[in-house]
Amino acid sequence: MLKFIIKRFAAAIPVLLVVTTLTFFLVRIAPGGPFDTEKAVSAEVMQALKRRYNLDQPVYVQYFDYMKNAIQGDLGPSFKYPGRTVTEMVKTGLPVTFELGVYAMIWALLIGVTAGVVASLRPNTAQDYVPMTMSMIGICLPSVLLGPLLVLVFGLWFEWLPVSGWDSWQHKILPSLTLGSGYAAYIARLSRGGMLEILSQDFIRTARAKGLSNTAVVFKHAMRGGLGPVISFIGPAIAGLLSGSFVTETVFQIQGIGRFYVQAAFNRDYTMILGTTVLFSVMIVFFNLLSDIMAVWANPRLKFETSKGAR
Amino acid sequence: MSVLSAPRASIAGLVLTTLLFAACSGDKNTPVSEGTKNQILHIGNGTEPADLDPHVVTGVPEHKLIMAFFEGLVMPHPKTLAPEPGMAESWSVSRDQKTYTFKIRKNGKWSNGDSYNANDVLYSWKRCLSPALGSEYAYMLFSVKNAEQYNKGELKDFAEVGVKALDDYTLQVTLANPTPYFLSLLSHYSTWPVHKATIEKFGKVDERGTPWTRAGNLVGNGPFILKKWEMNKIIVAERNPNYWDAEKVRLKEIHFYPVDNLATEERMFRSGQIHITSTVPPDKIEVYAKENPELIRINPYLGTYYYRINVTKKPFDDARVRRAFAMSVDRKTLVEKVSKGGELPSFSFVPADTAGYTPQHSIPYDIEGAKKLLADAGFPEGKGLPKAELLYNTSEGHQKIAQALQQMWKVNLGVEVALVNQDWKVYLASQKAMDYFMARAGWIGDYADPTTFMDMFVTGGGNNQTGWSNKEYDRLIRQAAETGSQEARYAIFQKAEKILLEEAPIIPLYTYTNKALISPDVKGWEKNILDNHPYKYVHLSSEGEAGTLSKK
Repeated sequence: MLKFIIKRFAAAIPVLLVVTTLTFFLVRIAPGGPFDTEKAVSAEVMQALKRRYNLDQPVYVQYFDYMKNAIQGDLGPSFKYPGRTVTEMVKTGLPVTFELGVYAMIWALLIGVTAGVVASLRPNTAQDYVPMTMSMIGICLPSVLLGPLLVLVFGLWFEWLPVSGWDSWQHKILPSLTLGSGYAAYIARLSRGGMLEILSQDFIRTARAKGLSNTAVVFKHAMRGGLGPVISFIGPAIAGLLSGSFVTETVFQIQGIGRFYVQAAFNRDYTMILGTTVLFSVMIVFFNLLSDIMAVWANPRLKFETSKGAR
Repeated sequence: MSVLSAPRASIAGLVLTTLLFAACSGDKNTPVSEGTKNQILHIGNGTEPADLDPHVVTGVPEHKLIMAFFEGLVMPHPKTLAPEPGMAESWSVSRDQKTYTFKIRKNGKWSNGDSYNANDVLYSWKRCLSPALGSEYAYMLFSVKNAEQYNKGELKDFAEVGVKALDDYTLQVTLANPTPYFLSLLSHYSTWPVHKATIEKFGKVDERGTPWTRAGNLVGNGPFILKKWEMNKIIVAERNPNYWDAEKVRLKEIHFYPVDNLATEERMFRSGQIHITSTVPPDKIEVYAKENPELIRINPYLGTYYYRINVTKKPFDDARVRRAFAMSVDRKTLVEKVSKGGELPSFSFVPADTAGYTPQHSIPYDIEGAKKLLADAGFPEGKGLPKAELLYNTSEGHQKIAQALQQMWKVNLGVEVALVNQDWKVYLASQKAMDYFMARAGWIGDYADPTTFMDMFVTGGGNNQTGWSNKEYDRLIRQAAETGSQEARYAIFQKAEKILLEEAPIIPLYTYTNKALISPDVKGWEKNILDNHPYKYVHLSSEGEAGTLSKK
């Protein structure tokens, strides 16, 4: 297993290198620079700004300087926020985004698995259609709409929960629910499919024939295999939750990394775009690996293989 | 069926938990109601500030923060914008209006208790003008003799710049030309002082982006000190006991929230989290104006929304074509039916009543006249006119306006205009490269004087970006800069503006308005065209009429 993990990490290095290099040059090709503003800036001022951020050097020099520093963990100064380094901003924003992502995942699993399992028990009846229709709505309803809707109902009408911010546990309910709902819907469909497949298998029939209660059949036997697809989905889902939190963070005024990520692109904050892109690439690689490991753990028929057979 | 009981129980559990919140968060005390009791003002402040260094930053959110932490030689009064004593307790102007002498107050202190004097201003202006710092607003000091040359690196010795400390408490400023609006330039934060020891503790004098502006490090001379700064979350300002006029300051704290989403900000206001918003979502303006007019403020703002025309591209190299486009726009309909934010239609460039200047000349709304001009230029009924493009930066508001104008030109002149939208930075680059036909633009005055508008369109001016050049216009603007009498200057500006409107390298559309939602508890938040609100005049009270200065 260790060999498998090491090999997978080794394979990730060229991926990260390509992502970093491409991003580095792509942001510089995009029209408009970090210091372009609505008001004209004199040539002298522009020169001083470029010198300050090393942009007066040839591009290849900038590239090698950047890579050298990045390997040592220094992602450079932000171009938009003069007093801040990218590393510092990642350090303040990432834990918040991570917390949000974890809570969203918990909501997604709680709602998704419940709905999926309930639906799978009586396929093609109202007990199936109702949760599945709701999950379809969940997939279709973007967080930019769901967030304000939840705020309107729970924040402004009932006044039960705060409309924005990220402090107490009350603050955290609506944002994580908003972010998690789309994933809950996917998980519901995945677990319904997985459960249906397992429930139709012989060993389940045997279990029932032995006279086991329905509860025991579902919880003890069916769910372990039936939720396999859900487990493989968790890794990519967490990566998606972390890198896709921008809208939720904006709607709820949360100080996470997602807001920096998107704003950096609009601001042409080169170092910030690079830093966050590399960070999210690392996370995607890591969580995919994690979900592969979990999939094997949940399904003993799979083995850690380093060849293309690993799933 | 027993198996269903488990999932059902969890759903029931969810519902129960939700109900539980109801029980524990039923408390109706909001940050606003608590804040009003304790003199803590909560403000929605737009985007996260780039920095708090007055010589580095450029934006509006930064301005609102720096107003709390720093103070210039003179400060504008919130109602009249007339200069009031700040760091300087008094000042005098020579007869030729070229020499200003400021008396710095002797009891003046920095927030750490150090005394300040004239040398602090000298040090700060040198910093602001130093070429290496690259201050984007250094030009605010260019009316000072030799300041521009020093900033451009043509002059190395700062002693030749027209600012001197005659003694510790006397500052003498020599100007290149009589500049009747010099004191209003000083209300701009780029001219405000910084604390030498703090700057140099964290870096070089002309180094940008050092940590000196962090909470705990920042030392200022304004009515408040920086207590807390959490990125994208909150900035807390606390009353500065060392401020010379601390007695007058009634707010204990100001909490600034960087909320870049307009809808979120409006919801925060509605749920009692903030007293004042930075703006109002366009679709909410009418709703508030109708249902809660006491909560919304719409005031004229020192800014013009206009379209630039690239005069180097056909067919716009012909002034008659440009003028025809400018004359066939129904601005009244535009502000009433399209932009709908209380904007004032503008038929000239400088906003009405800019420090007493109101344009006399205007672009008429005259479809027949426009048609005739177009025919004279060789395009009767718009026939044969090359298809032009109208560029705007991606935004719903700009799009609506562009579509309305596209329609007006089609109906009134019979011409087709294509709409092109670009992301903000791309749009800026396109304009700089003159790669456009017509482009949406906006200009907010830096200070209350027509100069900030009129000097944009001199030949080769950095903000011109239309390719337009007119010798007589250039001469008039130069002449105005050298004229001391306000009346004579304004007469020259009138002449220059007439040329600008006749030649029409721009199409003025409307005067901006400033929009905000404001709690009736906020007192002393006066209206003025710069949207400038010195916090020492503001206090909170749930009694009395909203927004008026206290009698104190």
